[in-house]
Amino acid sequence: MSGRRTVVTGIGVVAPGGPTRKEFWQLLTDGRTATRRISFFDPAPFRSQLAAEVDFDPLAAGLSRQEIGRNDRFAQFALAAAMEAVADSGLELPAAAEREGERVAVSLGSAVGATTRLEDEYVLVSDGGRNWLVDPRYGSRFLYEALVPSSLATEVAIRFGVHGPATVLSTGCTSGLDAVGYGHQLIEDGDADVVIAGATDAPISPISIACFDAIKATSARNDDPEHASRPFDATRDGFVMGEGSAVLILEELEHARRRGASVYCEVVGYANRCNAFHMTGLRPDGVEMAEAIDTALRAARLAPDTVSYVNAHGSGTKQNDVHETAAVKRSLGDHAYRTPMSSIKSMVGHSLGAIGSIELAACALAIEHGVVPPTANLENRDPNCDLDYVPKVARDQALDVVLSVGSGFGGFQSAVLLARPGFRP
Amino acid sequence: MSAVITGLGVVSPGGIGAAEHWRSTLAGELRVGPIETFDASRYGTAVAGQVPGFRSADHLDDRLAVQTDRWTWMSLAAARMALDDADYDPAAHDPYATAVALGSGAGGVEFGQREIQALWAQGRKAVSAYQSIAWFYAASTGQVSIKHGTKGPSSVLVSDGAGGLDSVGHARRVIRRGTAAVLAGGTEAPLCPYALACQSANDRMTVSRDPRRGYKPFDVAANGYAPGEGGAVLVVEDEAAAAERRAPQVYARVAGYAATHDAHHHREPAPDGHHLSRAMVRALDDAGVGPDDVDLVIADGAGSPDLDALEAQALHETFGARTPQVPVTAPQGLIGRLCAGGSALSLVTAALALRDGIAPAVGNLDDPADYGLDLVREPRPQRVDVVLVAARGYGGFNSATVLVRP
Repeated sequence: MSGRRTVVTGIGVVAPGGPTRKEFWQLLTDGRTATRRISFFDPAPFRSQLAAEVDFDPLAAGLSRQEIGRNDRFAQFALAAAMEAVADSGLELPAAAEREGERVAVSLGSAVGATTRLEDEYVLVSDGGRNWLVDPRYGSRFLYEALVPSSLATEVAIRFGVHGPATVLSTGCTSGLDAVGYGHQLIEDGDADVVIAGATDAPISPISIACFDAIKATSARNDDPEHASRPFDATRDGFVMGEGSAVLILEELEHARRRGASVYCEVVGYANRCNAFHMTGLRPDGVEMAEAIDTALRAARLAPDTVSYVNAHGSGTKQNDVHETAAVKRSLGDHAYRTPMSSIKSMVGHSLGAIGSIELAACALAIEHGVVPPTANLENRDPNCDLDYVPKVARDQALDVVLSVGSGFGGFQSAVLLARPGFRP
Repeated sequence: MSAVITGLGVVSPGGIGAAEHWRSTLAGELRVGPIETFDASRYGTAVAGQVPGFRSADHLDDRLAVQTDRWTWMSLAAARMALDDADYDPAAHDPYATAVALGSGAGGVEFGQREIQALWAQGRKAVSAYQSIAWFYAASTGQVSIKHGTKGPSSVLVSDGAGGLDSVGHARRVIRRGTAAVLAGGTEAPLCPYALACQSANDRMTVSRDPRRGYKPFDVAANGYAPGEGGAVLVVEDEAAAAERRAPQVYARVAGYAATHDAHHHREPAPDGHHLSRAMVRALDDAGVGPDDVDLVIADGAGSPDLDALEAQALHETFGARTPQVPVTAPQGLIGRLCAGGSALSLVTAALALRDGIAPAVGNLDDPADYGLDLVREPRPQRVDVVLVAARGYGGFNSATVLVRP
């Protein structure tokens, strides 16, 4: 619109398999999986007893004891990811001049916020679910921050002393794509020169497992947790819950050039649509996701056949993988059959609102390294999923343009396009 | 491209529907009262703004009601009223031409409390199949989109009390990128026991049992706020598209918007009002007007002495020597603070003030504190062409919106 362009100059990742960017990328290129039997609580009563958990030490990640004390795990993840991303970008934050801090925004996604703390605290104030009229004297001092998850944006703004617009985007499982898309729009519109953008969720708690049990959305392959997340496989039986965070430093192109920042990629297109159909159901034709992809391509002024790689939503539910295969074919036409498309949820699980940003981090690293991450556990392709899903083994391939798509409860469909530095003049 | 407000949908302690809300606001009817939905006597705060006579059966069918939280019922009801008011039928347009962008604070907290209770008291099979779609912050946006068949770029913004302004600010971004109409605003329903317990942890709520002595923005006796439920949904449209379809009215142009963050402390505001003022000044710049053009300010009116003083300071920084001549109001003293729903409702108030040329009075104000402000004491007929609306969110969010007579 304005000619202001957005590039990615820093990446931080806290993901299952290792809480740093480097460990995350190693896991993906090895094709290893980080799904396991739930260890945070006894999962025996539940239908799905699996998750991709992060082995996370917030002190080691650099959080202060008070940040740890007042924040649910979801905000702790984001603080850690943001610290890694800011350090990676080379930006000095807090900035020496307050005026610079005024030009830095925060746009962070989360689907379910402080759900773990809300449940833990509820168990206390209600005495194990006995009393509807809960006793607030047993509650944490930080329950307001748990109730309203904009506390996430506040924590990151405080940590880096930034005074631009700050918000939390909460569009369910597309939050991570939409938060980066929103940050991109803030830069386009001139509301910020730098955006700390990303997403986080830490939903591995009894109520979250129970609510997905109730609709059989999650995998019950409890005897084989390492191979339970099976996007596009004929034997897939639902998603595996994950957790984590990724933060990208988005920067206006000229701002990045002026300071000689190294650039991972450019955000060249973003669009989101709703299917207006059902809170959880997806029609097999994928029309609305295709509309989001088409609109993102138009915004980027790119033809469909420029797409080198599709990072799939690939949640591993029966419906999703068919829906999304149809959407990508609808948008890319025959080019879809020549384009690798993989789901990293096969390795790191589905961390709800966080995963979109984690996937964008994977896309940026894929462009940097010229490597397409694989879809782990893909043994027997579903005949209704007939694209090249990069089974099990990462692939060396130079990438120009990468498309990441997401789909979420509520009917949200989002698409983000990244291009390698220099691809667009 | 300009964005204009063409429809208002209100579910407020002041009444259901914009007309009743506006009537009770101008009449100065105090709608904060003892909490009626459960026995709040053991809680520090026992008064709140509750929507009188709100029943899901009046606004949606039973099948949908069991799948959704009270907060979503209110969003669905307000969205329906806003569409009717704007005479806008999404089904008559391309499905991608209409979007939903609501602010949310507490999500479906009552539904969530019930299901966590069920899990811990009775086991996982007692958890509703609808928990996964009812409590999360995107539930209302998703349900409104499904109800009205809107496929445009929808969004959910969480920035505590600033969320209503942020959602309408975002609606303008969406319109500028080619979507003709956006349902924006937001509602809240945080009056179940667990939600009240969570809110009490912020130490910002009144503990007065007497509603009259409770939430009193800009009063010398200000002592914290009363929580409340409800909010508003507005139809925000591309101005040319609204003209082309001959929308029955254009209340206001969304001329300016800006947001900042204090980035100071997780619960205390910055020690001066500078970043709040910066949001106001940037919103005025964005609107292409100056401080001298503002006819009315609808303030955040937090109702604590320190927060009220900081807002007054921000107004002085924004308006300079003219500050004592700028009418300032905060009618929400009558209904409580509704988080994201409250700032959405402030935009409705601003739109109606523009329409009628009247400044509503500060709610529940008896003895104005000496902030050097022109606090509106009685509804005041006056020229209203430019209104500045301010809203803050817990933790340091500052947003400002400028509405201008079309």
